[in-house]
Amino acid sequence: MATTEKRLEILKTYKIYIGGQFPRTESGRYYVATNNKNEKLANVCLGSRKDFRDAVGAARNAFGGWSGRAAFNRGQILYRAAEMLEGRKAQFIDELMKQDATKLQAEKEVNLAIDRLIYYSGWCDKFQQLYSSVNPVASPHFNFSVPEPTGVVAAIAPQNDSLLGLVSLIAPIIAGGNTCIVLASNAKPLCAVTFAEVLNSSDLPGGVVNILTGKVAELAPYFADHMDVNATAYCEADAATQQMIKERSALNVKRIVLYDKVKWLADEAQSPYFIMDFQEIKTTWHPIENIGGAKAGY
Amino acid sequence: MIATKFIPDFSVSPHVDQVGIEERASRFTKRSIKNETKINGLKLALNMIDLTTLEGKDTDGKVKQLCYKAIHLHDSYPDLPTVAAICVYPSMVKVAKKALEGTGVKVASVATAFPSGQAPRDIKIRDTKFAVAQGADEVDMVISRGKFLEGEYNFVFDEIAAIKEACGEARLKVILETGELVTYDKVRKASDIAMYAGADFIKTSTGKISPAATMPVTLVMLEAIRDFYYKTGKRIAMKPAGGISKSKLALHYLVMLNEVLGEEWMNNHWFRFGASSLANDILMQLMKQKTGVYQSANYFSID
Repeated sequence: MATTEKRLEILKTYKIYIGGQFPRTESGRYYVATNNKNEKLANVCLGSRKDFRDAVGAARNAFGGWSGRAAFNRGQILYRAAEMLEGRKAQFIDELMKQDATKLQAEKEVNLAIDRLIYYSGWCDKFQQLYSSVNPVASPHFNFSVPEPTGVVAAIAPQNDSLLGLVSLIAPIIAGGNTCIVLASNAKPLCAVTFAEVLNSSDLPGGVVNILTGKVAELAPYFADHMDVNATAYCEADAATQQMIKERSALNVKRIVLYDKVKWLADEAQSPYFIMDFQEIKTTWHPIENIGGAKAGY
Repeated sequence: MIATKFIPDFSVSPHVDQVGIEERASRFTKRSIKNETKINGLKLALNMIDLTTLEGKDTDGKVKQLCYKAIHLHDSYPDLPTVAAICVYPSMVKVAKKALEGTGVKVASVATAFPSGQAPRDIKIRDTKFAVAQGADEVDMVISRGKFLEGEYNFVFDEIAAIKEACGEARLKVILETGELVTYDKVRKASDIAMYAGADFIKTSTGKISPAATMPVTLVMLEAIRDFYYKTGKRIAMKPAGGISKSKLALHYLVMLNEVLGEEWMNNHWFRFGASSLANDILMQLMKQKTGVYQSANYFSID
């Protein structure tokens, strides 16, 4: 008898990712993720501002270690994340298909996401040379400018391209040595949580990436006005939300990055300029004794 | 000099039910404290802080800076209370005393070969007298944990009594260093010994040993204070120190204080937090309540 019975499936609990842990939201709230056929896919945490506050704390704690790490090592960790994603490809394809993608679309999106991690993994220890400069100055100084990570980035991931958009947003942020809190797509949150599991098994220190699920309208104001956040990224074209983010970010002069025109599937959605969106340029004046020492020909 | 006529047999100090005390202590963390109550609680906690610097690298400049912080906690928030006291090494008392003249903020000094307490009694007494002569309003002494663990309760008792005498007018805080006493029974016994020997405060820890103050240990000590009060009619103050760095935890301690000892103890004469980073966390919480915006440590003074 038992062999013919339909097995009761064990459904996965989709939890948020804060400081290398997978807690449920402190608020105890949840929402039901569905697809176009109105099938129930999962109960997902409806994250609160306090989850965000905790995540900022975790990201701030992780920032020193992550930004101080050798750039080459950050590249190794991103590469490792790509490896882990490759290993769990089938699960991501399955989740994307549950969320209304065709098999072809899903495969393409997952492959691109893996390749994009590899792409930014390579850039980790190379973009600095490209965007640094030695500057000619009219005083006895050796003057040079180098990019440095902005700090803690609060990013709201695109609502569509729920995996590729998320990966394309996170990878350049952490490749440049920042730490981040990312709000996953509200309608399609499954891949984001599973991607957190990939990151968690990729030697990525806890707190470097924190992934929340919940409502954009509820959380976006806190993403924009938290005083310990150094940059806010937003990927939709909603003018009112953009305006709100700009206004609130002014409070501590956050860097604001708007990606409303990026097509995440296109080749143009990857470039070292995405890394530079979350970098500050530091210029150092180093005194030298003899200005003639900088003469051509030495 | 012996503080009270009646000295109980410390070998029969009450035993502490470990499971019960931990369960009871965890209950205090379940209260919901919001809005005005929270603001009042935070301000009260701020006013109970002994802002502390006890490091080998302390300098006059560092102590002056800390004293300035004690009276200017966050000037963009009007009408904030000051902290209760500054807690420093004896050699820094003079500097602190001068910097805090006329502000009402007290100067507490550790003494008696802090933090180990491994020195002969005459040196401990000199250490104490020096701190008091320099102007300390309060003295934080450490008990001889080694002697205590050996069962030499009379030695510990006599030592506390001798230091109390050396303190003169200064209030005496007796640090039990609960992290080294291992069991709640021993914490209870040490509390009883300290109170009967003349302590004005009993204090959990030096901050140099982990674990430092925990809620169950503090609860054991608060209950000892309560029992002592019922027996002798004398109030003893409490100071948990070390490891209390978040305002939420400080509020939990205040809840515990209120529910064990009552409102009479809810002021900085009878209760202190020994802490250094707690002040900034409370300030950040207060600013969050005022502005509605989560705060960053970047905008608060480094203590």
